[in-house]
Amino acid sequence: MSEMNMAKAINLALHEAMEKDETVIVMGEDVGLDEGVFRITEGLYAKFGENRVLDTPLAESAIMGTAIGMALYGLKPVAEMQFSGFSYYAYHQMEGHAARFRNRTRGKRSCPLVMRAPYGGGIRAIEHHSESREAIYAHTPGLKVVIPSSPRNARALLHSSINDPDAVVFYEPKASYRLFKEEVPDTMETFPIGKAQVLKTGSDITLISYGASLKITLDACEILEEDHNIHCTVVDLLTIVPMDTQTIIESVVKTGKAVVIHEGPRTCGIGAEVVARINEEALLYLDAPVKRVTGFDTPIPFFSKEKFYLPDTGRIISAVKETLAF
Amino acid sequence: MLLARRLDERYLAMQRQGRIGTFPQASGHEAISMGSVMAINKSDYHVPAYRELVGFLYRGWSIETLLLYWMGYEEGAQVPDGINDLPSCVPVASQLLHATGIAMAMKLKREKNVVLTYIGDGATSEGDFHEALNFASVFSAPVIFICLNNQYAISVPVAKQMKSQTVAQKAIAYGIPGIRVDGNDVLAVYKATCEAVERARNGLGPSLIEGLTYRITPHTTADDPKKYRSIEESNEWLKREPLIRLEKYLMDKKILTKVKKQEMEELIEKKIKDAIDQAPKIIQERDLDNPELMFNYLYDEVPSHLVKQKEELLGYLKQNNKELKLAHNH
Repeated sequence: MSEMNMAKAINLALHEAMEKDETVIVMGEDVGLDEGVFRITEGLYAKFGENRVLDTPLAESAIMGTAIGMALYGLKPVAEMQFSGFSYYAYHQMEGHAARFRNRTRGKRSCPLVMRAPYGGGIRAIEHHSESREAIYAHTPGLKVVIPSSPRNARALLHSSINDPDAVVFYEPKASYRLFKEEVPDTMETFPIGKAQVLKTGSDITLISYGASLKITLDACEILEEDHNIHCTVVDLLTIVPMDTQTIIESVVKTGKAVVIHEGPRTCGIGAEVVARINEEALLYLDAPVKRVTGFDTPIPFFSKEKFYLPDTGRIISAVKETLAF
Repeated sequence: MLLARRLDERYLAMQRQGRIGTFPQASGHEAISMGSVMAINKSDYHVPAYRELVGFLYRGWSIETLLLYWMGYEEGAQVPDGINDLPSCVPVASQLLHATGIAMAMKLKREKNVVLTYIGDGATSEGDFHEALNFASVFSAPVIFICLNNQYAISVPVAKQMKSQTVAQKAIAYGIPGIRVDGNDVLAVYKATCEAVERARNGLGPSLIEGLTYRITPHTTADDPKKYRSIEESNEWLKREPLIRLEKYLMDKKILTKVKKQEMEELIEKKIKDAIDQAPKIIQERDLDNPELMFNYLYDEVPSHLVKQKEELLGYLKQNNKELKLAHNH
């Protein structure tokens, strides 16, 4: 076991995957010589060379479009969108093709690729560098959407995403890259895609979150326990599509109350989907409506107001108390 | 140009002190911005990318407003009344289509105005660049595309960005004039732009101007160029940077003297200092920390779900005595 942050853990996964499988290709803007603007591709160019670590021209649509071509021809591209906010040029390729080739050809062609994209706020960046738009990808049939929350699960899930036979959007919470360290096993491990994790078990309420919001959810959970004697179950979704409905339902059936927490906008967000599934499968077990603590339906503001936009422990605690008082 | 340079340097100091966020430095790009923006009139339109600090200042944006942008306030992108500009555009090359559309509208309205728009060398790889040039060409739109070829798109050098020898030659494919000028020579840029503006104004359509320069700074304050280029290379280009050249030219022509330069420096320093002192006062006076502002400008009329979300946030902040600077003047 060694302790590392999420940036290092993702980097480790890329090193391991490229060593293990020579069809794995890393590509994107500044991922080679510069080793990525967040240093996620550190050491790859030096170790694997320019034929496996491609510094591409500045063109997101071309990056994903050619990644699709490579995937169709037997490679496993791990393509980086420098910031998720710039991935929309590539969205057309993801929606129109990566998501559809298998279905379009009735199984004769497929796109086993990974689109890595740092997302989320909290780094004092300028416009388009801080949004959380996982719902767009989650709303695109044919794509899988994976969002890690810690160093260990980031490494394990990136391996699973690279191994996956379909196109995976791997959304990386950039504010968590160097936020905290965690023990990561020496041997390579994978976590199943489509499986949530229950991180804490408490009988009062279920908190459902993922990605960057998971850490503050756990922080809120701790405060609730220590200061308010409220005991929470915390579910980390880890995969947004396909979502692990069973784990959510099992917990909600036990606690009868739930709050969903994420940083992306509320309307048609992941929280809306979680609430709908709870309503469909566990409505009669509910003691109170399920609340959503989310980003608002506005663009994430410039950084002077980010603190108002991003869910924080206070907003989670308020929502939990209101739910319990219902 | 000197004001922009000194302001850019001050931004950097402020960024290091945590007073502003990550920003792309503009130093070294002054000649292209200045030489081109001087060639258009007030009634023409200016559509920048994100390194056109000179252009903003020349077009009349106050330093205070520009500061607000980098201090994390949307009001820094609130185009001042009477200025025909768009604010900084971050998604690379996307603004070129807006510029082309504005130019098409000018033509449809039978006006004689033109549009000036900017990109870097990396942006020429984006589809939007090619689509904009093609549309502008097909519709004979009065737009001038200025490419600041500073030879690096973050870490990727032009040689790895394209196999074309120049950016200018890409114009040939679209049947429009393309010219490469010395981007560190403000007068050369001015002359080339004046010619392009003249053509556009006379209904002869768009032009592409490539100003060859060098990004003497990192891409942004978050970038470390030591990873991808040598200090020797940067130092070589520092000798050719536009301010030194213009200063030498003006002194040779006896238009500028050391005394005059010193006076300018002092004037500029005071101007920048005043603006920096002023910015926090503007934030306070205009209540720019008010979280309500997040919700008020998204649509012409605030829809009910946003009203509800706004109330939810304000209620929460009030209840929790957060640093809520509610508009006392409301």
